[in-house]
Amino acid sequence: MELTQFEDVFEGKLAKNEMVEPKDWMPDNYRKHLIRQISQHAHSEIVGMLPEGNWITRAPSLRAKVVLLAKVQDEGGHGLYLYTAAETLGISRDELLDNLHTGKAKYSSIFNYPTLTWADIGAVGWLVDGAAIMNQVMLQRTSYGPYARAMVRICKEESFHQRQGFEIMTHLSFGTADQKAMAQDALNRWWYPTMMMFGPPDAESPNSENAMKWRIKRETNDQLRQKFVNQTVPQVEYLGLTVPDANLKWNEAKKGYDYSEPNWAEFKQVISGNGPCNKERLAARNKAHDDGAWVREAAQAFAKKRKEVYEAA
Amino acid sequence: MTTQEALFNYTLRLGDTNLILAQRLSEWTGHGPFLEEDLALTNIALDITGAAKSLLEYASTIENKGRSADDLAYFRNDRQFFNAQITEQPNGDYAKTIARQAIMDCFDYYFFTELAKSKDETLAGIAQKSIKEVTYHLRHTSSWLERFGDGTEESHNKTQTAINQLWQYTGELFEMTEVDEILLKEGIAVDLNLVKAKWENHMADLLAKCTLIQPENVFMQTGSRKGIHTEHLAFILAEMQALPRMYPDAKW
Repeated sequence: MELTQFEDVFEGKLAKNEMVEPKDWMPDNYRKHLIRQISQHAHSEIVGMLPEGNWITRAPSLRAKVVLLAKVQDEGGHGLYLYTAAETLGISRDELLDNLHTGKAKYSSIFNYPTLTWADIGAVGWLVDGAAIMNQVMLQRTSYGPYARAMVRICKEESFHQRQGFEIMTHLSFGTADQKAMAQDALNRWWYPTMMMFGPPDAESPNSENAMKWRIKRETNDQLRQKFVNQTVPQVEYLGLTVPDANLKWNEAKKGYDYSEPNWAEFKQVISGNGPCNKERLAARNKAHDDGAWVREAAQAFAKKRKEVYEAA
Repeated sequence: MTTQEALFNYTLRLGDTNLILAQRLSEWTGHGPFLEEDLALTNIALDITGAAKSLLEYASTIENKGRSADDLAYFRNDRQFFNAQITEQPNGDYAKTIARQAIMDCFDYYFFTELAKSKDETLAGIAQKSIKEVTYHLRHTSSWLERFGDGTEESHNKTQTAINQLWQYTGELFEMTEVDEILLKEGIAVDLNLVKAKWENHMADLLAKCTLIQPENVFMQTGSRKGIHTEHLAFILAEMQALPRMYPDAKW
């Protein structure tokens, strides 16, 4: 077949809402876009274990400890499926990790913010996982098969996490005055960083156009952000908390809330490595990997010895 | 000492041992040597935290003074904890964590197998559930011990050092006190002499298979049965208990 015929087959699949599978022909920039997106997503899961793991040893009840441990483990599991999905595109785990460790690959900037109090664990589950689900629900129908299938399971677990986060917020908001203040403080600090998770405004989003065309993405950043605000404000009201936005107002004409844009200058700084925890997060990942080098070497040496014994027999 | 008092202390000892071990293991979450192992160790931490929770809930029921499992975990001081000292030892490198865990998994395997026969139905039930989990844990940690022992020179040396450091805390696991004697007569407690013999055989085989040397003539540390610990426990509790103690009226 000529290249144009391959392209026709590929375009035909997209048009018919069919999945593209690892052995199918695909354009180079489609492959590159997916590797970038899936690995970025995988790295986010792994780096995301750090701010949440930060509170495992300090979880304030035995039940909270079990729930948080299981949650952080789930995030690691998501990382694993996603690395595996990325590997089907012809890149190795070592290469992917190397990109993370050297700072070449990005991960979700939200994890460069610190979890300062227990309420932050509630806010991360409720807001951050809530925002992630908005982005991810549409990925269950994304055009690349292994990614779409990984997302089905991930979405189920994430919605569970969101409920767990909301449960923490509920305990705090209906608890003592100190607890409620802790919840409000967490909302104040996480509201705008969460809004940033949907990415820059559509007019300034460099990767969106192709992503929409390839069905890697199905709604724009601004559409998703609006949806998130509309969904979250009633939850904030239920908790008796206040959204830290003086301009927040229901707009009957658009059947949605008007809201203030997050500080996009801050967003750019955090993405460029200047957020409160960028250096710590990357250092923690590097340390874990470097400290683990002898473990991985020992496992390989042992496997090699066993193979030699087996082959000699 | 009444049977009830003995049972309370015995259950606390088991609950605390699991709680503190899980607390140490969970320090690794997100920092493991590679992703699959991070998940596996977290899974072990999760199982052990679950066992601790069941045991402390039972201790709370036995005591029957209105202290919940959380109260027992978060509002006792180090001198009122009865976890074995080995569980509070710092994680160190991965060899030390695996060595500590293999020692405990092997102990738990034989201990819970005996406890499953207890006349106390709750303890027997918790033990039956734990055996299934511990069987997997022991397989996992034994396989790592073997990889480390017979892997590279570096992994071998790190693991031998860890075993040498930790061995002094193994004697305590088998100490029997008045509590054990009272409950043994009732068919509730486990005869630790029996567990000791099985544990020693198993460890001797395992270490030999791993090309590691079992330390000999080690002077054994003691104290946890009386609530006396190493310097590490108070730090673990300071971290673990900070939040509930800062807000004693709060529910989480």
